[in-house]
Order: sequence, then C-alpha cells, then structure tokens
Amino acid sequence: MKVLDELKYAQGHEWVRVEGNKAYIGITDFAQDELGDIVFMELPELESQVDVDDILGTVESVKAASDIYAPVSGRVVEVNDELEVSPELINEDPYEAWIAVIEMGDIGELDDLMDAQEYEKFCEEEA
Amino acid sequence: MKKTPIYESHLALGGKIIDFGGWALPVQYSSILKEHHGVRTGAGLFDVSHMGEILVEGDGAGEYIQKIVTNDISNMVQGRIVYSPMCYRNGGTVDDLLIYKLEEEKYLLVVNASNTQKDYQWLKENCHNDNLLIEDVSKSYGLLAIQGPTSQKILQMLTSIPLDDIGFFRFVEGVEVGGVKGLVSRTGYTGEDGFELYVPSHHARELWDKILDIGADEGLIPAGLGARDTLRFEVALPLYGQELSPEISPLEAGLKPFVKLNKPNFIGKEALAKQAEEGLKRKLIGFEMIDRGMARTGYKIKIGGKEIGFVTSGGLAPTLKKNLGLALVDADYSNIDTEIFIEMRGRLLKAKIVDRPFYVKQYTK
Repeated sequence: MKVLDELKYAQGHEWVRVEGNKAYIGITDFAQDELGDIVFMELPELESQVDVDDILGTVESVKAASDIYAPVSGRVVEVNDELEVSPELINEDPYEAWIAVIEMGDIGELDDLMDAQEYEKFCEEEA
Repeated sequence: MKKTPIYESHLALGGKIIDFGGWALPVQYSSILKEHHGVRTGAGLFDVSHMGEILVEGDGAGEYIQKIVTNDISNMVQGRIVYSPMCYRNGGTVDDLLIYKLEEEKYLLVVNASNTQKDYQWLKENCHNDNLLIEDVSKSYGLLAIQGPTSQKILQMLTSIPLDDIGFFRFVEGVEVGGVKGLVSRTGYTGEDGFELYVPSHHARELWDKILDIGADEGLIPAGLGARDTLRFEVALPLYGQELSPEISPLEAGLKPFVKLNKPNFIGKEALAKQAEEGLKRKLIGFEMIDRGMARTGYKIKIGGKEIGFVTSGGLAPTLKKNLGLALVDADYSNIDTEIFIEMRGRLLKAKIVDRPFYVKQYTK
C-alpha cells in the first residue's frame, strides 16, 4: 500500500493535497485496492458548497458503489471530468487522479485529518 | 468460514478472499475485469467446490426427481445433464440445479452452495419412497470449472479422452484428467465453452495446480467469483437469491422452457399453471442505462412516480462496455424499448428495456 508523506488523510480513505486555500481531494491507494476495478465515477457539482462529511461523489467498482465524503468544507471549484470517461485512472494512480478541488473556508479543519504515519496505522487496524 | 480444498492455492496466487455465504473464496486474483476478459478471449479456471452435490439413487429415483423438479427428465439417457428449477407448492423457487444422470436409477443433483442444506431437507421431506438413498455428498467433491474458448485445447493436454466428443450438457464419468479420475461435463456459467470437473476433494488442489501450470502458456488464468458473476450477468443467466427466490417463480424469471406444464404432476405445477393461465403479473426484463449511472441489486424501478419493480442484478457488462441490469417488473411495463426510471441515491435515472441475453454465446458446441 502506497501512502504519500505530503498528503493529509481522512477516515473515509480520502486524501487531501493542500495548495494555498485549495484542497485537492482523491481516494487512497488502500481504497482503490479494496474497491477493485473502478468503472464509474459520479463527480460533485461545480460551485456546490460542501460541509465536512457531506457526500462529495460516488465511485463504483464492478462489485459495489462507495461514497466519497468531503474531508474539508468549502466550495467545489474544480472537478476532474476525465474520471467520468476513464474512472480506471483512479486504480492506475490514485494520488494523481484527483476527484475535486475544494476552496476551503477554514484551513483549521486540516488539523482534524491524519498525517501519513497515522493513516498507515489506521489502515493496518482496519485490515 | 468454510474452506474449499483449493483454499491454499488461492492464497498462494494472491486471491482476495471474501466471505461468500460462509465460504472463504477469492473474489478476484488480479482484477475482475481482467479475469472477465480473460475468460471471454482465452480461458479462466474457477474453483466452484462450494457448490452442493446431492446423490439420489435407488428404484424409482427418476420418477421421484420428475415429481420434484419443473423440467422433464423422463427422456434423459445416461451421460446427459438437464437444468431445472425446483419449486415450492406456491410456485416460488426452492433452487435451480443441474441433474446428471449417472446410471439408470442414479442421479447427481448439483445445487447452489448456500441452498445445499435447504435442498437436502426439501428432497427428504418430499420423498415417500423407502428404496431411495438421498445423500449430501458435497464434501467428497472438489469442483473446478475451466471456461473460455481455449478451454478444450488446454484440458486436452491433460487427458487422453477426446473432449471434442463431449457435447454441450453431456458428461463422461471415470475420466482421468491430469492423473485424477473424475467426471467431466461440458457445462458452465459464463456463456463460454468450457468444462466442469468433479473430482475427489483430496485431489482437487493437485488438479487445480496442474491445469494452471499447463494452461499458463495458453493464457489460462485463475478467475474469481467477481468475474463469475459479471460473466453470467452478461449472458443473463439467473442467480439464485437475485433472479430466483422463494418469492419469484421460474415463469416470472423467464425460465418457461424449463417448466414443463404438460408433464403429469410435479410440485408447484398447480400454482405455475395458474400463473401461466392468468398471465404473469411480473416479468424479468433486461435494461440498459440511458442516463449515466449504475443500477444495483435492490434499486427501485419507477414509471410516472409509480413503483413498478426492482433491480435483481446490475452493473457494468464488461465485454459490451454498457451499464445494464436485470429487473423484475410489473408485466404491463415489460415491453422492449419501454422507458423506465431507476431510483439511485434519491434520483431517478432513465433506462430502457432491451433484449436478453445482452451478450450472445459465440460457440456452437
């Protein structure tokens, strides 16, 4: 399982890459591996306002649907349309295949997320 | 969880083990999609040892089975296999099974794993012939399925009997394959040509390893339950618990060719004949998503705000690259091209009714 040091992680197996007040959101290597072949992606609506733990989108593998939860609150300012056509990009490189960008209202929310080490431990406990 | 005799090989192959109705079985080894395509274009090897086998033997065995299943087995000769639903008196389905005629009064019933106990009880309960031996012999069998267009070529490398002579839904017993004696049948659950091998459970792993080894050069891959489900879904073969259940009759599930209402009496005949005579209230249909979305088992189907049925199986059909589904709907809304709406996470997504099967068998055996 791959975990990147520079990212933050949520309990729903989402990762967050912070650039200024923007948060790039995706799902982790652990999550994509658990799901198996991802064949469908439902993205959030552009400009929608989300709170922490709101459903940000849904990713579907051959076997099951799985919701993605917003790890931070804010406005959705970008969505990765490419995933609608090629959802398998999430399997191929989960940390490149970002799903949406949230413009954060409160950067302090990032403190509630896990760092790489904590996340790794979290996954071990879950497995 | 219960383990099949091949469990250790699944682990060695990196299989992702899941709990499948109490059985520890691999859902996939590499990827469901890769395994699906592998079976459609080459060959895949499945461990289906969890399936149940029930032996029925003795004077009157044929007559007894004829009364308990909906299909007609009266003209069966040794070496043939018949598929049949088995029904309750109200027409609901106990199980769907394969019937192998081993000898004149000796049959092997191959049933769904999770139904084995229930079926065995049902068979005992409805047997009024003291000469009959009804025995659950599931534990003594390992069952491997090799499926896909190159199956015969691969398997032929391990046996001297001419596999080409075994027709669809025929079998040969006492055949040596890879040094293991068993029963070889041309059957499967994938919509591809292929064979199922019934062998003594203590030889199953050895045979599994041998077949994978010799087939590797021909592109044979191990395939898990995930691909087994997408393959059967694409050819619209019913799965017990989804398309068939105690609440769904085989007629509703579109299995009329396997319900012989002209047969003298059999359990469920009265109820099924009544359904046929009055016209079915519900029918199984196939549908294709028009809006973006994937229908899953249990999702509701609506037309004009009215609930008309539910999805029994759904998702991606990997070979066709379409989002499809099977559903049980009110018969008034079951015509091809009817627009229906699937309720997904609070939204109604458009789909249309299409012909089944979605993928058509490409072989002639």
